[in-house]
Amino acid sequence: MFEYAPAPENRSIVDIAPSYGLFIDGEFAEGKGTFKTINPANEEALSEIALAGPQDIDRAVAAARRAFESWSALPGSERAKYLFRIARIIQERARELAVLESLDNGKPIKETRDFDLPLVAAHFFYYAGWADKLKYAGFGSDPRPLGVAGQVIPWNFPMLMLAWKIAPALATGNTVVLKPAETTPLSALFFAEICRQAELPPGVVNIVTGAGDTGRYLVEHPDVDKVAFTGSTEVGRQIARSVAGTGKRVTLELGGKAANIVFDDAPIDQAVEGIVNGIFFNQGHVCCAGSRLLVQESIAEELLASLKRRMATIRLGDPLDKNTDIGAINSEAQLARITELSQIGESEGADRWSAPCELPDRGFWFAPTIFTGVTQAHRIAREEIFGPVLSVLTFRTPAEAVEKANNTPYGLSAGIWTEKGSRILAVADQLRAGVVWANTFNKFDPASPFGGYKESGYGREGGRHGLEAYLA
Amino acid sequence: MPKSAKPVATSVVADEPEADASVRPAKKAAKRARAAAAPGSVLAADVPAPPPPAKPAQEPDEPAAVPAGRLTVRKTYKLYIGGAFPRSESGRTYLVDGDNAALASRKDARDAVVAARKAQSKWAGATAYNRGQVLYRIAEMIEARRAEFEALGVSTAELDATIDRWVWYAGWSDKIAQVAGNANPVAGPFFNLSAPEPTGVVAVTAPASLLGLASVIAPAIVTGNTVVVITPAAQIAITLAEALATSDVPAGVVNVLTGHSAEVAPWLASHDDVNALDLTGLDDTDLATDLERSASGTLKRVIRPAAGVPDFTADPGVRPMTALLETKTVWHPKGF
Repeated sequence: MFEYAPAPENRSIVDIAPSYGLFIDGEFAEGKGTFKTINPANEEALSEIALAGPQDIDRAVAAARRAFESWSALPGSERAKYLFRIARIIQERARELAVLESLDNGKPIKETRDFDLPLVAAHFFYYAGWADKLKYAGFGSDPRPLGVAGQVIPWNFPMLMLAWKIAPALATGNTVVLKPAETTPLSALFFAEICRQAELPPGVVNIVTGAGDTGRYLVEHPDVDKVAFTGSTEVGRQIARSVAGTGKRVTLELGGKAANIVFDDAPIDQAVEGIVNGIFFNQGHVCCAGSRLLVQESIAEELLASLKRRMATIRLGDPLDKNTDIGAINSEAQLARITELSQIGESEGADRWSAPCELPDRGFWFAPTIFTGVTQAHRIAREEIFGPVLSVLTFRTPAEAVEKANNTPYGLSAGIWTEKGSRILAVADQLRAGVVWANTFNKFDPASPFGGYKESGYGREGGRHGLEAYLA
Repeated sequence: MPKSAKPVATSVVADEPEADASVRPAKKAAKRARAAAAPGSVLAADVPAPPPPAKPAQEPDEPAAVPAGRLTVRKTYKLYIGGAFPRSESGRTYLVDGDNAALASRKDARDAVVAARKAQSKWAGATAYNRGQVLYRIAEMIEARRAEFEALGVSTAELDATIDRWVWYAGWSDKIAQVAGNANPVAGPFFNLSAPEPTGVVAVTAPASLLGLASVIAPAIVTGNTVVVITPAAQIAITLAEALATSDVPAGVVNVLTGHSAEVAPWLASHDDVNALDLTGLDDTDLATDLERSASGTLKRVIRPAAGVPDFTADPGVRPMTALLETKTVWHPKGF
């Protein structure tokens, strides 16, 4: 392994204010209280954030309702230009936002710089182009916006999830009230500033910060017409329950336990890269992570040896270091969950292995880990860990692989590794998952619909399909 | 609702739920009138039991002392589960226009879900062309049974519309993927295609009309879903099931439970092996809300009841189909 000199990105490019308010009707306002957001890599407080209470949500929804009238009446071509503007500003400020996202979330700068931010801008570009072409999208000749969208997003890709929610909502003429996750509010608040810079009309985008209660109040607000949520299946269930009988439209993008299936004819080195990317990308904080490796028995030994060799080269540490592959776990609570489920994996009899890896003293860290000897009944094969932990199972025949892959209440994504084209297509047909990556993994694009089967939620985000959730 | 403990003698009359949502008020009134006209009946007076006016005169309600001509052979209305016509395991029946129809229970609903699940992957795996042919065959079989449906009070116009609706959906089988799916021009060297797939097993609280039944069953099954239908309209629904059973519809693709949505639908809404819930035919908003709430336990897709009385004669569009479809997106790298 090569020695690397530290190569930290300069954090002075981003100026984080000591405190942030709620962004309502184009202005920053105080909430009913405050909470701190910290850098999970060193536990230092980054800023103090306003906590939105019921009255603040009422004001935000009212502002969005007022703005809806004029925003939905704007010609699509005008709405498009606002979105193009926003996309351009994001590109211009991409480095600053990448550093900010890395600080607030703990993910490596390599990923925020090369993955999150380019995709954020691309999303706004993509949906900007749809704004004046909606009648050609296949959802009727006169598609109409729904009204006010209440959107709640997770902490794993804070600004990307914001883009997935806000871009299609605005392109279709809706207005939004968005709540970022409690642990990662900063990029959404910077986005509020970008809206001002783009001179977006007040009230079209409102950002309310807070925790679960804030989100619940937003989702259950009677004047919200559309709910969009990305997060855990447990919260998704509560939301589906709470909107019953209200007529609110809902899309839910929830948890996953994706199978990454490696057949005996797969190119091992490429498959190993795909496995590593599948589970260790973004510290495994990915709903579509390839968290169950299904490897054909005849190559299991060779593949695992190769995987362990590769894992030994993964660099964990300072998220702002450009050489870092794995950053910090997003929060203490998440670290506790990963730790607990890993301990359960051991106590249920699976074999645990981690690459030798030094963890920093401060902050929240978890070494990339694999479990072998995992059966389908093990909790680590059934529950979403949402961390850098891979469960390895084996199979003998393609039919067994499919059966095991589908043996989960989730159905978000899956991976297939084989050189045989007909097998890819046959297996892809039988997998009950919304996204199937064949000989690749964790690829995303604004033009490509994303979303799950079964308990991974409903509705699609991205692509032409992503418009449907925001149109009547 | 508790199972009836009474022995099955001639007919066991199950308790009518207080609010039977699935019976239209107009029909209820007709039934009440009919019940009042038969005061000597051994059946409870609040149990609706009229034959429709269209029923042939040679089937009198009050048996004549000695029949004049040949005694007709009546049809026994049972359930339709897994391609067979079983009685309700509960042994219960309820009166529908003078006939004793099987009154489906929770166990029947579970059996129907098992049958629907068993049939689903093979039906979804059949070619779209094949599914289209089967749906077209359903239209043929209904056409052949017009007289039977007319005797049950289905109007000529409704029959025409129903048969045409099946033909319309038959044609969609190999076109919906072209309309609802597409290639995605992603920014990289990848083949990327989104295509619709059936969501799985769909539970349906069905409307009480032949056209209504076509309007909820056809869009679900044409794409490869299988259905469990609960409807109060036993005579129409089971006569339709007889048409389905002779249309090469594989066993379990359509399962028909006759009885009360208020009793059976909650078990379907909370069933772990049901993927979607179509409440189109429900006019009880409280029950619809309860069912939607219950469906959240396994995040079922829910088609909510139409606002107002649904107009099944209107062009349905593609939404009845797309609401029961999942989009699968497949990526593959391109390279030499």
